[in-house]
Amino acid sequence: MELVCPAGSLPALKAAVDAGADWVYLGLRDETNARNFAGLNFDAAALAAGLAYAHAKRRKVLLALNTYPQAGTWERWMRSVDLAATQGVDAIIVADLGLLDYAHRTHPGLELHLSVQGSATSHEAINFYQQKFGVRRAVLPRVLSLAQVEYAIRNTAVEIEVFGFGGLCVMVEGRCMLSAYACGDSPNTMGACSPARAVRWEETPAGLESRLNGVLIDRYAPGEHAAYPTLCKGRFEVEDETYYAIEEPASLNTMELLPEFVRMGVRAVKIEGRQRSPAYVSQVTKVWRRAIDAALAEGAQFAPRPDWMAELNRHSEGSQQTLGAFSRPWK
Amino acid sequence: MNPTGNAPRARLALGPLLYHWPRAAIHDFYAQIVDSAADIVYLGEVVCSRRQEMHFEDWVELADLLAAHGKEVVLSAQALTEGAGDLKRVRKVVANGRHRVEANDMGAVSLLAGTAGWIAGPHLNIYNPQSLGLVMELGATRWVAPVEATRDMVRGVIAARPVETEVFAWGRLPLAFSARCFTARRFNLQKEACAFKCIDYPDGMPLNTREGEGFLAINGVQTQSALFYNLVRETGSLREAGVSILRASPQSHGTMEALQALRDACDGNGTQATGAMEGCCDGFWHGRPGLERAA
Repeated sequence: MELVCPAGSLPALKAAVDAGADWVYLGLRDETNARNFAGLNFDAAALAAGLAYAHAKRRKVLLALNTYPQAGTWERWMRSVDLAATQGVDAIIVADLGLLDYAHRTHPGLELHLSVQGSATSHEAINFYQQKFGVRRAVLPRVLSLAQVEYAIRNTAVEIEVFGFGGLCVMVEGRCMLSAYACGDSPNTMGACSPARAVRWEETPAGLESRLNGVLIDRYAPGEHAAYPTLCKGRFEVEDETYYAIEEPASLNTMELLPEFVRMGVRAVKIEGRQRSPAYVSQVTKVWRRAIDAALAEGAQFAPRPDWMAELNRHSEGSQQTLGAFSRPWK
Repeated sequence: MNPTGNAPRARLALGPLLYHWPRAAIHDFYAQIVDSAADIVYLGEVVCSRRQEMHFEDWVELADLLAAHGKEVVLSAQALTEGAGDLKRVRKVVANGRHRVEANDMGAVSLLAGTAGWIAGPHLNIYNPQSLGLVMELGATRWVAPVEATRDMVRGVIAARPVETEVFAWGRLPLAFSARCFTARRFNLQKEACAFKCIDYPDGMPLNTREGEGFLAINGVQTQSALFYNLVRETGSLREAGVSILRASPQSHGTMEALQALRDACDGNGTQATGAMEGCCDGFWHGRPGLERAA
């Protein structure tokens, strides 16, 4: 089982490699990837340097080209696929049908991974991408239970990658237009969700308020921990109750499920967080490297060490962790 | 097809019912639809497989009835398939043998591939001519654009790859799907023991901001806009972009009137009353945040 870690910058890539990542995934500095944030990501020179660093240590690099191009912008995505092929990127992560087709035809040697943004939740969907485009690996949306993940694995030859740790999308990836609805930035077409440019913080007599394009996402009493206003993680009023109507600010942490992942044949575990610092990448990667090695050695006897969980907790949203959809009660 | 020239008269579609209504209410609603301005009717459970007021056979029976009354009928497949049971339901829809099928995930596309005349539904994430071309090679003959589609995006797709195109034009926007049921969550129930609370919310459960502003509507595992999307003022720009079918989404009130207003607007008989956009939005079509409204 491989460990796939995020990098939003060259220092983060080096940190991931040094801490034991098998794969490092990254994106270019534009809307061709789903973490299109200001000041983040790689230009061609940084990509070349990152590839050289990772390959010297026999690790692999993934380029995420996992947003959906449009007629007027198609060229940019296409050229990015070409760049990946010519630079020697080990695989690209793609969601769009047309782009998968282009990559498969034009660069048959380039390994293709189906992005979580492709929303493939069944083996029928996953096998379709294999038959049509030779997709080697699929990243499953964070909506399936363990039993459903296992059912998919049993019915496909495509390698299955699941999310292990980090920010949790409560909606099916690739099928959420909440950000586009509230502030115009579409995760699917622009690679952005709840963007910083749309955020306003304001102290008011009622408390500290966070807004996205004017929509009140949450309000905090003095002393309450204020979280970034990701719009699905705010408090809202439904009938006469005010609560986290969609999801609490919490991070996914599936470490206790590692023996199950090993037993089922999960091929890779992915850490979320290209927008996070090199320090986050380094610390989280180190902990997961140890955990995966231990799970492989110990099998069903494996249990997460308390110090690992404490370390991960420091990096969790609102210092809360959840098993997400892997645990049925969450649904 | 000529997207800009002498376009044929636009047709109206009634999208699949996204809510959980009592069986009698469903039958009453579609009895009205027989006499409505809708040319095409999409039927079936797209949102949640736990809902059992209507079984698959009931939908097919309704489909036959509407077809006998001259409606073009399409059976819509579930959008989010999570396991063996969901796949079984999608296979049933695909193999119905009588009516065309709307695919709403790639599993359904895979099952439909090689058959002719199916519909690429709004949840497939087809944003460019290349992707559309691929599903057309697999047998799709109609594209329902994603609900966040802008005029420029639709125009760009159809100009390069002409196809019969449908756009979501009226009703609460289906914005997101999750594995979590937010209606059950409201009552601290687990999805597997949800008590079918969503049946009490015929247009979804309003989700307001903490200052009481309507923002979203909770419909089980689906999240919708609180505002009604309404492109009744855009029939000209829709036609110009090459769109030939406008979709209205079933709501408990006003659907018949909305279909008629869209019909009138398409035929140039619309009064274009300024009040028509009260409580509505049309931002997506104009390349703006969905909840906004062009002046």
